Amino acid sequence: MTLLDIKDLTVEFPTRRKVFRAVNHASLVVEPGQIHGLVGESGAGKSTIGAAVLGLLERPGHITAGVISFKGEQISGLDDEAMRKLRGRSISMIFQDPLTSLNPLFTVKEQLVETIQAHHDVSEAEATKRARDLIDRVGIPDPDTRLNQYPHQFSGGMRQRVVIALALCSDPDVIIADEPTTALDVAVQAQILDLIKELARERQVGVILVTHDMGVIAETTDLVTVMYDGEPVESGPTHEIMGNPQHPYTKSLIAAVPRPTLKLHRFPQISYGGRETRFAIEDLARNWPKTDNDMSKPLFQIEGITKRFLLRKGLLPWDREYFTAVDSVSFDVKPGEVFGVVGESGSGKSTVARMIAGLYDVDEGRITFDGQVVSDLSDKAALNAYRQEIQMIFQDPYSSLNPRMRVDDIVAEPIRHHRLLEGDAIDKRVRELLDQVGLGAEAAMKYPHEFSGGQRQRISIARALATQPRFLICDEPTSALDVSIQAQILNILKDLQEHLGLTMLFISHDLPVVRQMCDRVAVMKGGKIAEIQQTDDLFANPQTEYARELLELMPKLDDLSTENLVAES
Amino acid sequence: MSDLTQKPAPAQSQPSRFAQMWDSDFAYAFRHSPVAIVALLVVLVLFLAALFAPWIAPHNPFDPATLNLMNGFTPPGQPNAFTQDTFLLGTDDQGRDVFSTILYGLRISLFVGVSAVLLAMIIGVILGLVAAYIGGWVETLIMRVADVQLTFPAILVAMLIFGIAKGFTPPEYRNQMAIWVLIVAIALSDWVQFARVVRGAALVEKNKEYVQAARLIGRGSLPIMFRHILPNVLSPVLVISTISLALAIIAEATLSFLGVGAPPTQPSLGTLIRIGQGFLFSGEWWILFFPAVTLLALALSVNLLGDWLRDALNPKLR
Amino acid sequence: MLAYIIRRVFQSVIVLLVVGLVAFSMFRFVGDPIDNMLGQERTQADIDRLRTELGLDKPFPVQYFKFLQGAVEGNFGVSYRQGRPVSTIIAERAPATLELAAVSGFLAITLGIALGVFTAIRRQGFAANAIMTVSLIGVSLPTFLIGILLIYVFSVELDLLPSFGRGETVKIGNWSTGFLTASGLKALILPAITLGLYQMTLIMRLVRSEMLEVLRADYVRFARARGLTDRVINFRHALKNTLVPVITVTGLQLGSIIAFAIITETVFQWPGVGLLFINAIQFVDIPVMAAYLMLISVMFVSINLIVDLLYYAIDPRLRIDGRTA
Repeated sequence: MTLLDIKDLTVEFPTRRKVFRAVNHASLVVEPGQIHGLVGESGAGKSTIGAAVLGLLERPGHITAGVISFKGEQISGLDDEAMRKLRGRSISMIFQDPLTSLNPLFTVKEQLVETIQAHHDVSEAEATKRARDLIDRVGIPDPDTRLNQYPHQFSGGMRQRVVIALALCSDPDVIIADEPTTALDVAVQAQILDLIKELARERQVGVILVTHDMGVIAETTDLVTVMYDGEPVESGPTHEIMGNPQHPYTKSLIAAVPRPTLKLHRFPQISYGGRETRFAIEDLARNWPKTDNDMSKPLFQIEGITKRFLLRKGLLPWDREYFTAVDSVSFDVKPGEVFGVVGESGSGKSTVARMIAGLYDVDEGRITFDGQVVSDLSDKAALNAYRQEIQMIFQDPYSSLNPRMRVDDIVAEPIRHHRLLEGDAIDKRVRELLDQVGLGAEAAMKYPHEFSGGQRQRISIARALATQPRFLICDEPTSALDVSIQAQILNILKDLQEHLGLTMLFISHDLPVVRQMCDRVAVMKGGKIAEIQQTDDLFANPQTEYARELLELMPKLDDLSTENLVAES
Repeated sequence: MSDLTQKPAPAQSQPSRFAQMWDSDFAYAFRHSPVAIVALLVVLVLFLAALFAPWIAPHNPFDPATLNLMNGFTPPGQPNAFTQDTFLLGTDDQGRDVFSTILYGLRISLFVGVSAVLLAMIIGVILGLVAAYIGGWVETLIMRVADVQLTFPAILVAMLIFGIAKGFTPPEYRNQMAIWVLIVAIALSDWVQFARVVRGAALVEKNKEYVQAARLIGRGSLPIMFRHILPNVLSPVLVISTISLALAIIAEATLSFLGVGAPPTQPSLGTLIRIGQGFLFSGEWWILFFPAVTLLALALSVNLLGDWLRDALNPKLR
Repeated sequence: MLAYIIRRVFQSVIVLLVVGLVAFSMFRFVGDPIDNMLGQERTQADIDRLRTELGLDKPFPVQYFKFLQGAVEGNFGVSYRQGRPVSTIIAERAPATLELAAVSGFLAITLGIALGVFTAIRRQGFAANAIMTVSLIGVSLPTFLIGILLIYVFSVELDLLPSFGRGETVKIGNWSTGFLTASGLKALILPAITLGLYQMTLIMRLVRSEMLEVLRADYVRFARARGLTDRVINFRHALKNTLVPVITVTGLQLGSIIAFAIITETVFQWPGVGLLFINAIQFVDIPVMAAYLMLISVMFVSINLIVDLLYYAIDPRLRIDGRTA
């Protein structure tokens, strides 16, 4: 029997300028024990469907057409009280961020017991017993102790398990999981997904899994619906859609997913919907100063750098507590290569990048750039000269541009600061750069908020190129972007490296992306380097247990269609 | 929205900056809030009235030559029993036109309020920015002082400063200095609000990547603090300034009412109310009533504006 | 836990020492105490005698220490204006202020929290919006105007309640209370409302905005998605989380009740410490000012300390170290 049947659902958010249609005639079906994936890029309306089913749409959003039925009975349009009875009892939800999903002031037991008692007429003791069993079932060790703890005493992955236990309290028939693993590290992500899969089979629960991640879809779901701009463009069994997509959007989406097994020359530019934004690398290369990369000497030598952060302040030295974020890390970067640093959150990889960029002081060790020690430069001229040579592209395109500065001021700031050009020449250079990164010269007069995430990342790139640096640090440059935009930005970075001879330090948590970008990779764990290898060797033959584990936890993307992909020769 | 759907903006139909501002959500919200519009109008009218008081006021209440004691206690709108002069809002015991004293009192109240808030803002914003950006013991020191001062209600701090300053000034200068002492006292009791808000906002901004980008370029601390961070913390400062203005006006009125603020020779609205209170029980209600209504109208409109601004600049509250 | 308390107590003592320094400097440097205490017909011998008596010939730190010693023993010297020991004057006046503050504080907290919760839960309702509008008028009305207004309506026009003083009081030991007589209670009504109203509006607006913030939190959405009733969500989950920040500010508000009592006491000629203080400022009676400052700092600091401990009791994130898990 069909658990959940969504027919022709349309959800609209009226705003003062226009009515925004978040979901446009979407239909999908959930059967017991089945996981139905909803995949799409940001703004595709996938989360809105989940909220609409539970009647939790944020005002002023509302359902304007379509019918949602649960076990054959219509549930869209029910009043608040009827909807409340349905929530939890029949349909449950898991949110993205386990950190904020739990009430910090109540113990796990209190939250579980109250939810069980809200749905079942049982005694406190019985409810406590069930709570303990649930905690045990979702794989939290030592349930008797853990039950009486507060949410902040749990790690991220354990908290998400508590959230799942809470969602299971009332034996729901359907669970809507909205990006349940996006906030978690890869290792934990795989465990949580396995748990959801197991529970779906075991309890015959129907699951709607909302995600932007093709890897999660390929590994976890039975059925998949691909959404674009509020509309489902393609739907069917997961392996069929992944292996043989029919709709041009699905094709473009799948082609943009970085593969761990295949290094591409460039991501295929299959555009869908809008116009393609061009990147004029030839124009850029024409004016770029020729660098003859002397391959015999490393450009960067990092020798035993260490960084400690103060955890607890104290007036007296023995009162202070330190956390060693980076622990004697050493490596070389050769001119013209892309050197990757990969690791989970907290591994210290971003700290390494910021030490090299001079944003953090180096507590111990030495950084040498082009034969000159730069880790303790006090000479202002030398420091400025070094700063011209290195630039950085940041992770979050929304916070890396000052929202109160006009785009031309943002791009011109490094030129003005280093006095590279004067007067009208600055303006001309800025407009050229903006044109070359594909934004057009008219972007100069606008403010950052008028651009999308991908366009902002292009502004960042224009700013980074303004001083014509030799070295580019990319700190997770695409992890906040949709997969199709990620493909565009990665292509641009590949162009920069190939045509301008830029040397790069590429920081990422995403192994498939690292595979696409890097010549050599350092794997970091707990502030230390676990191993350094040529990228191909690392993927083929990891030397350490930790690297092997990381590689195993990567989503398997073998089912994905390889249509249009061209491997690097 | 993804890049795929975003077409390059059409270059030919770029609306003017003014048209864009008029069309912004902020302006739209303002145009559709009758309360905000009325409040702004009232504030503007009162400001202009205070600014042009010497030209608007029918009498100069501080020029003894124009005063006629016979005009004392004239009820509003009625001719005086002896002189047959009529006064819109009546006269006080000394025959001063209440309407004129209100205009001049408004001048003092607004001057003290605005100056105090400006001073508090300058002190608070600079200290807040410095605390957030420099950190370390500088931050600890500034914020400890702020915390301790916050423990004491602003009005009490202002009174203490006023009391201490009074001890230092020779009696013959006390009246002349009173207004300036009042401004400093209120400003010193209010800077903490600005410092805390600016520090909080600046700490968030400081960790954003655009600040790191500016540091990477090599910009120094001052340009980063004032050119990059400051513009991004201005909206809470605007909200706090508005709310502080209302508080400062009320604080000034309160101190003057208690007799520790503006002297009778330079009466503010609070001083007028203090004077009027004595006549309330004997039936001359207008001497108290009209200054009180003016003060309430001023404080309420400024508060309404502040409240509206806070909601408008903080979209998640809507 | 113990370390936390010790640290907070230590900080409080430092605050008190600093305030003591301010109070002492006031005493020492604002005007000349000798000038203030001796009349016109004084001899050099009188001056020298008083100088030694007050310890003004000793070095500054010694004087400061003496001052602190005196303060701890409740000895703040002699009022310039009344010529009586400051401690005696304050002891006479304190019960009036404390009773007034206790009643208005109670009113402000209970009504403030109740109305704040109500307006947050029913934020779209007519009653809630009406209360919010009225509260803005409340915030814009200076306390003294509220007092005058109440006096005008209830004393002058209706002649129901007294417009000044405390009515009859009963002495219990050294404490004179107005709680036990009808006239004492009647006299308390208007001042208590005047003093409590402004604090109540502030607490109410704070509770409302904090609660709205909490109601938007993810864990409230998740609680709703789990099918918990509105009652459980509002009064169990949201209210407890709202109270954490509210407690701090409420503590500060309680402190300011003592300070705002100055205004109320002036309007109602209430014979408390506030009226004493305002007269002291007008006549530059430094010992009284200094004593008042020290006294209310002790009060503020203790309130803050209690607030911090309450905070600690409510929020497990402070109580239990997350890293142990």
